[in-house]
Amino acid sequence: MKLKSWQMALVVLSLLALVGVGLFSGRFMIYLAMRVMILAIFALGYNLLLGQTGLLSFGHGAFYAAGAYGLGFFGLHLSSHPLLGLLAAVVLAAVLALIIGFFCVRHTEIYFAMLTLAFGMMVFSLLWSAREVTGGDDGLVGIMRDPVSFFGLLEIPIGKDRQYYFLVLAVFVLSAWAVQRIRLSPLGLALSGIRENANRAEFAGLSVKNYRLAVFVISGAFAGLAGGLETLLESNARPFMAHWGHSAEPILVSLLGGLQTFAGPLAGSVIFIAMREMVQRFTENWMLWFGIVLLVIIMGFRGGVVGVFQRLIGQAGGGR
Amino acid sequence: MLQSVVQVILAGLSTGMFIWLVASGLTLIFGVLGVLNFAHGSFYMLGAYFCFTVLKYMGANFWLGLILGPLCVCVIGFIVERFFLRYVYHIALPYQLLLTFAFVLIFDNLVKIVWGAGSISPPALAALGGSVDVLGRKFPIYNILIIVVGPLVALALWGMIEKTWWGRIIRASSSDREMASAIGVRVPALFTSVFVFGTWLGALGGGLAVPYVGIMTSGMGETIIIEAFIVAVIGGLGSLKGAFVGALVIGVLTAFGTRFFPTFDMFLTFILMAGILLWRPQGLFGVAR
Repeated sequence: MKLKSWQMALVVLSLLALVGVGLFSGRFMIYLAMRVMILAIFALGYNLLLGQTGLLSFGHGAFYAAGAYGLGFFGLHLSSHPLLGLLAAVVLAAVLALIIGFFCVRHTEIYFAMLTLAFGMMVFSLLWSAREVTGGDDGLVGIMRDPVSFFGLLEIPIGKDRQYYFLVLAVFVLSAWAVQRIRLSPLGLALSGIRENANRAEFAGLSVKNYRLAVFVISGAFAGLAGGLETLLESNARPFMAHWGHSAEPILVSLLGGLQTFAGPLAGSVIFIAMREMVQRFTENWMLWFGIVLLVIIMGFRGGVVGVFQRLIGQAGGGR
Repeated sequence: MLQSVVQVILAGLSTGMFIWLVASGLTLIFGVLGVLNFAHGSFYMLGAYFCFTVLKYMGANFWLGLILGPLCVCVIGFIVERFFLRYVYHIALPYQLLLTFAFVLIFDNLVKIVWGAGSISPPALAALGGSVDVLGRKFPIYNILIIVVGPLVALALWGMIEKTWWGRIIRASSSDREMASAIGVRVPALFTSVFVFGTWLGALGGGLAVPYVGIMTSGMGETIIIEAFIVAVIGGLGSLKGAFVGALVIGVLTAFGTRFFPTFDMFLTFILMAGILLWRPQGLFGVAR
């Protein structure tokens, strides 16, 4: 797919804006921008599963937590190199997604939703109760951000938030590019085919089960990457990351922005973080508002923000 | 050794009965409406909290609370089905699941607002507090009552579905919705009634749990819905017989886990679930697809 000129301009402008935030904004803005990008990585990967393949998982918090704890354990016990830690996070999350996915993908959508939720909460209860290993409800704490070193030749410090911001930005841009490549690859097209009609895809010779497992592992790996980045940002890993309340975040983000579009999860992440910041200013009952927003979207605005936007553009175009 | 095994089995059977009450409503709703209700655990929780409120503030006795509490939850169930769920039957499945999930988030948070975020210890019930000797160990009478109530509910459900007019309509509609509609069954009204009835079963489980659990928290619906899901996977989704057997198995297994491997008590049930998924993916009593 070739980008239209206005889309190209939008990409360049957003990148410039993100670099500008890193260079000139205050600390709070930088922090929020990092939260947006980490959530966007989580949601972009997740939307390969939900938007592209039509599978609704309620357990991706488990892979996010696998990434977070994976980076934590790696950093505390093996090596505190941030990039190696992120690699460990991705690998652990992908392996966990492979194991859990193996049991989940061969079933119908209803079973799939039920099983992912159950397995996700299994991970949560393990993290919560295996106190000696995982720190229980306190989680893992004291994970440091050491400089990124390239074989001792070059060292880039990321200790300050402003420095770490550019690492997050780089990972975010790479992830967005990778997700877009996957969407347009033969794999992505096969996944869309499975979403539209799994039987027909099966008859056409695609192994629906294997494709579903592949996308499950890919989205789990992105969740782990996001989890690792958050652990470096907050310097801790918490069991709540595996909780279903957290698994619901990429769902709401994708729905807010609009499924089946690339820009949907990006726009959704910005709205989600902004909304949460505003709601938490005046009330502690964020989950209630989360639920109400979800309800309103499902009852009335299933295309999300990007869907509404596209409809407006479509109408404007049709009027010509 | 024998004593503690018997003790664990009895405790497991009573836990299993709560899971059965929740799983039966979940199964009934899924069988007829084709909707998997994530909020069913919240109805269990709401049943417990309403029952507790009647018990505490209205000075009523426990049995009145057990009647009034679940009825209040039925009103909520009615609103959920009639004004929300009804409008998403025709759209893609993920949206239906998400709608019920949105209600989980809303109800769990509302409970925190209304009853406070901390846990509540329901008052001990003197009238039910006795215990009997089982092989030389004390076992609460209330738990025995629960072990009796569960099969009674199962029997009543079976009789209702197999022998009554309403049950016949339910079976007809769940096997072919359009045909039932064509011969004059008011399917939307039937759906509402089944949803409200399923809600009542879950809320009844919650009400009965009030004297049993010791501590009530806004997360109590969360644990039981996951157990009910595991039961549905083991027994076969949509099969009431499977739900009953599955609930007993999970109850006893959890009791053994809590007694002998306290850190990994939930892990055992997951291993069982994974085993069943490999051996019989459709569940013990499910129909192969």
